[in-house]
Amino acid sequence: MATAAPRRKLLGWIGIDAGVLLVSLFPVFWILMLALKAPATVSDGRIIPSKFSFENFKGIFNESIFTKALLNSIGIAVIATIIAVVLAAMAAYAIARLDFPGKTLILTAALAIAMFPPISIVGPLYDMWRSLGLYDTWPGLIIPYMTFTLPLAIYTMSAFFREIPWELEQAAQVDGATPFQAFTRVIAPLAAPGIFTTAILVFIFAWNDFVFANSLTSTPSGAQTVPAALSSFSGTSQFQVPTGSIAAAAVVVTVPIIIIVMFFQRRIVAGLTAGAVKG
Amino acid sequence: MSAVTAERTASDSAPAKKRPLSERAKAERKLGWMLCAPAVIVMLAVTAYPIGYSVFLSLQRADLRFPGRNAFIGLDNYVSVLSSSRWWQDVLHTVLITVVSVSFELVIGMLLALVMHRALVGRGLVRTSALIPYGIVTVVAAFAWRLAFSKAEGGFVPSVLHLSYDPLGKTWTTYLVAILAEIWKTTPFMALLLLAGLALVPDELHEAAKVDGATAWQRFWRITIPLMKPAILVALLFRTLDAFRIFDSVFIITGSTHVRSVETLSILGYNELLNRLNLGLGSAVSVLLFIMVAFIAFLFVKGFGTSMASQRGEG
Repeated sequence: MATAAPRRKLLGWIGIDAGVLLVSLFPVFWILMLALKAPATVSDGRIIPSKFSFENFKGIFNESIFTKALLNSIGIAVIATIIAVVLAAMAAYAIARLDFPGKTLILTAALAIAMFPPISIVGPLYDMWRSLGLYDTWPGLIIPYMTFTLPLAIYTMSAFFREIPWELEQAAQVDGATPFQAFTRVIAPLAAPGIFTTAILVFIFAWNDFVFANSLTSTPSGAQTVPAALSSFSGTSQFQVPTGSIAAAAVVVTVPIIIIVMFFQRRIVAGLTAGAVKG
Repeated sequence: MSAVTAERTASDSAPAKKRPLSERAKAERKLGWMLCAPAVIVMLAVTAYPIGYSVFLSLQRADLRFPGRNAFIGLDNYVSVLSSSRWWQDVLHTVLITVVSVSFELVIGMLLALVMHRALVGRGLVRTSALIPYGIVTVVAAFAWRLAFSKAEGGFVPSVLHLSYDPLGKTWTTYLVAILAEIWKTTPFMALLLLAGLALVPDELHEAAKVDGATAWQRFWRITIPLMKPAILVALLFRTLDAFRIFDSVFIITGSTHVRSVETLSILGYNELLNRLNLGLGSAVSVLLFIMVAFIAFLFVKGFGTSMASQRGEG
């Protein structure tokens, strides 16, 4: 029994939703269409390809440049995420739960570090990494990634941990659980969502990095990640315009992000806002 | 007695204690420090040390092409940087991009936050689709915009609009593309921070004002905005600092032509360090950028300190 007014309101909202969808997704749609053009027609200025083709995708997967860079991206982002989350979980637990001087200082320092321009440390790192042999290696990127992954993880996780009802741990022990059981059966399940959400955010940030990757790596067989490789792509031969390959590679690195966002939208929203506003 | 008071003031959130620390409290402190130590040590090692080294390099003549000529030269690098027109031109570019994009993001982000908050249908869909620009790799987003606008690379925009020139060949249109790309990419983040603030505004206030005859417009300005002030300030602070160090998108968007028509401070630093291999001058640029970012943060915190402290303190 929808009357005219609510129906109009509903239609209005549908219109607004459609607008948001169009604006947010059009550039992604465009790069996908570009990737699906036949290599010869990539620069024809059309939005929809005149003929759909998977040539660009076949092209990049046949080139070791891209597959190696993809492997670097995945490996480096995963390792950086694990290290940051483990170190930050300990710190966040202490900050949320224990009483000790200096915890505000730690949070403030983390925030300050998250805000400084990465370019400020690129010069020294470049100089040090060349003499230490870390230039263009996985550790050479994972170490600087700690500058943004750790503060982000500490911040987000301590906000999540603060919401956990820690009394439950004691309650479980009163009910006869051992401290180990109390931790694994009560606290760990409560803390897991926050840790997982933090890991997603940290992974996205590490996956996204360009400043460090572009400055501290040079080859896909070394540690060059996809964003850095994309910017130095030059096609299979120097006469071929690499636009199609760039678009295809761009689509490939976007797919995991779209999947993550689709499945974990709620968590990502909670994580970003918890770290930023409540933190 | 004074030692106890000192300890008490040093401790952050502890409720006032009358007695000296018990064994238990001491053990708790020790555990707290031990748990934080690895993260703190790593953070210091990866940031404080390189920043210190950067300051050191900025006082040296350190050109990797002429390693034999390294020497301490005091503030000469800073004098060279600050007296070059290139630096000031890049300051202008960076400030312009920051101010224009953050202003638009605040307005559009607020609208998007209201949609995310109030939408009757498709709330999840809107949130998911808005998160995609934020989540995708900045370099990819920048390529999407560059390849759409570049005439030389066959973008659809010049052909749809029948442009006779390449938008990425002119300074002002390059600005436009860079700013549009930045707004598109980061407005969702702004919107999410504002959404968190919006959720804290109690519905009852709106209902009460409605009963008293306030229009939606009045309610927004008199109720929503004042209550959201802390969230707005945090969002502005985060985005301003982030925009000021902009690198990825401008680097990619201006990469289609040989001359970068728009260069930001981060790109200037990068070029000095890694293309011209002049670590001294490049470090001076990065240290100056660092100081500017710290100064912006200081202004924000100083100007709005109390409202932010209450938001991010131990509460």
